[in-house]
Amino acid sequence: MSFYGLVDGSEKSLLNFLNQLSGVDQVGAESRAAMLATRSIKTTSKRWAIDTAISMVDLTTLEGADTPGKVKALCSKAVRPDPTDSTVPSVGAICVYNDMVSIARTHLDSIGGEKVPVAAVSTAFPSGRASMDVKIRDTQDAIDAGAAEIDMVIDRGAFLSGKLGLVFDEIVKIRQVCGEKAHLKVIFETGELVTYDNVRKASYLAMLAGADFIKTSTGKVAPAATPPVVLVMLEAVRDFYSLTGRRIGVKPAGGIRTTKDAIKQLVLVNETAGPEWLTPELFRIGASALLNDLLMQRMKMDDGYYASPNYVTID
Amino acid sequence: MTFEYAPALEPRAIVTIKPKYGHFINGSFVSGKRHFPTINPATEEILSHLSLGSASDIDKAVAAAQKAYTKTWSKLSGKERGKYLYRIARILQERAREFAVLETLDNGKPIRETRDIDIPLVAAHFFYHAGWADKLDYAGLGHSPQPYGVAGQIIPWNFPLLMLAWKVAPALATGNTVVLKPAETTSLTALLFAEVCQQAELPDGVVNIVTGDGSTGATLVNHPGVHKIAFTGSTEVGKKIARAIAATDKKATLELGGKGANIVFDDAPVDEAVEGIVNGIFFNQGHVCCAGSRLILQESIAEEIIEKLKVRMAKIRVGDPLDKNTDLGAINSREQLTKIQELAAIGDAEGAQRWSPQCNLSDKGYWFAPTIFTGVTQAHRIAQEEIFGPVLSVLTFRTPQEGIDKANNTPFGLSAGIWSEKGSRTLWASQQLRAGVIWANTFNKFDPTSPFGGYKESGWGREGGKHGLAAYLKTGRESGGK
Repeated sequence: MSFYGLVDGSEKSLLNFLNQLSGVDQVGAESRAAMLATRSIKTTSKRWAIDTAISMVDLTTLEGADTPGKVKALCSKAVRPDPTDSTVPSVGAICVYNDMVSIARTHLDSIGGEKVPVAAVSTAFPSGRASMDVKIRDTQDAIDAGAAEIDMVIDRGAFLSGKLGLVFDEIVKIRQVCGEKAHLKVIFETGELVTYDNVRKASYLAMLAGADFIKTSTGKVAPAATPPVVLVMLEAVRDFYSLTGRRIGVKPAGGIRTTKDAIKQLVLVNETAGPEWLTPELFRIGASALLNDLLMQRMKMDDGYYASPNYVTID
Repeated sequence: MTFEYAPALEPRAIVTIKPKYGHFINGSFVSGKRHFPTINPATEEILSHLSLGSASDIDKAVAAAQKAYTKTWSKLSGKERGKYLYRIARILQERAREFAVLETLDNGKPIRETRDIDIPLVAAHFFYHAGWADKLDYAGLGHSPQPYGVAGQIIPWNFPLLMLAWKVAPALATGNTVVLKPAETTSLTALLFAEVCQQAELPDGVVNIVTGDGSTGATLVNHPGVHKIAFTGSTEVGKKIARAIAATDKKATLELGGKGANIVFDDAPVDEAVEGIVNGIFFNQGHVCCAGSRLILQESIAEEIIEKLKVRMAKIRVGDPLDKNTDLGAINSREQLTKIQELAAIGDAEGAQRWSPQCNLSDKGYWFAPTIFTGVTQAHRIAQEEIFGPVLSVLTFRTPQEGIDKANNTPFGLSAGIWSEKGSRTLWASQQLRAGVIWANTFNKFDPTSPFGGYKESGWGREGGKHGLAAYLKTGRESGGK
């Protein structure tokens, strides 16, 4: 098999490729991210950024206590984030556990949300500690239930013990399960990979193995989508595009709760990967609380004052 | 629609600029006889008129400094001097925004830099030196080192208030008094600093500020009442000062020009190196004596770095310095713009390849797009002469030793940067480079605890850190055997 003509699928060729990547200087990456965080986004550009961010939210519930009722409520919110204002765009996707996929899909279809895809977390999310057979079944199950996007986790234990070939093979297999039916997002859990060098390696590994998106975190481990981690991943998709001509998406998830945080992410995208990535096709934000803050800031821009939180719906 | 950043202007209402300024002598403002305009280089708007310091103004200022030295400042304990410095530092922090806006208006540098770099560093210098004032006996300079008396200080226009802080803070901490001559085009923050001295109730005459041009500075250097000269500026003027004080007992520190080398090895962290190259040459419009104005790339990665550098340069936001999203502001003066244009034209004529991203530059004010020249060799003038603008010369090398040799092949020796992920290579290279400041995997980072200064024609002495204190103190037998 050939993977973009860059590696042949053997662990050796993968390691050869990953080892020639340049290192990331921690101080430098963090200071670049900190500098971009000082960008001041006002008036018309803030309004544009808020709507764009809303359209990029993967509205997420991943709790043991999730019920059909909770998931349906979230679906309604996803389609019409602000029931009083039809100019608010729908979110990017709904993100749920495997067993909630069909409930979400059915409900979305029944309320005019046919265009909102359902993403399922997969491969023994969040730890990834299960056999390959179980991971494949997990994924197949979600696709059969109507998931159009699969958010798989990598085996961090394998990654940290240097078994990069194993991590690669798992992604390749899940990619095959997804086929044409589902987009594949690969979650690194950057809070467990820890170093930026690892984040860069994981990014290339996942892209070569067929990821459509690379995603920072499960939301279960802190730190998650810190700006420098996202910066390093955006550099990776930018450079991968110039290598292969294919644009891979990026999804920060975890810890992005406020409009300010979201706008900082959009600035990172704009000035690192470039404006081509400022679309839900190529950038998503995994979040739950964020959406309400975006809505409140949007109302504030229209009305000139902050409304009570009772004017946005709880989900 | 794309993500255009709407204008995000820092309000200028916080600053009050008087139509006319005098000198600050003996604790009060004294009008000079003749005045000259000072402008905002981003708009060419006249901001105010400054007094042109004459010989008699300098006389008065030096006399005030001498009197303050003998009557008050030398009688105070280090602890008491420290209190004044702490007070000044706190006021500078409290009025940071005002200083940042004024510096941006007067100098043309972006508000992001004055707000996040210049003014915080200014306060840090005063805090740092305030701490030394009562500990000079323990600075490793021998027992009871003594001040010289009156320090004559001449500062440049590229970091107006920061250079004032580099000069004034150590001078006062060590017990000297000061006559300061700010740069002709950028005196306004120094005059606002004079107000801070009043607000801090600093004893009259401890800090005196005389505005003016080169002739005012020359008068100060030659004044017999001045015991120590501290100058930051061009090598040309530095040499004149060295000649002027030869055969006198005046001490001097000279912080002069540079042609800093940023050496990128093939094992560098590429993305951060590109950031460092940008920060090295486009920080402060390249008006930085220690700018990384020569990029020396290992040939095997040259193409990749240049390509990434161009992509990054296209993101540099050139425009209104008061806009919080501006990265590159205005060139400080018409004179400097002309000099940059002339040297860039020489680069073209010598056959180097010029490249700049698309920039919409304003018709008003002085602007120069970020520029790189590739295909530069040691034999090009743009590889040898300080341009002092946003212009980068790119050279290549084959082996590490060749890289070092090219970096050192300059009459200057102020700064250098090394980019490598290999610790042993970085240590080796830093031992070979003849430059006063060497950065590893970063560039243009400053801290009051770190001595700064040059080798060769980049100057004499160090500023900052313990080494910087030594420049303002008589030690050993010189200190009178105390």
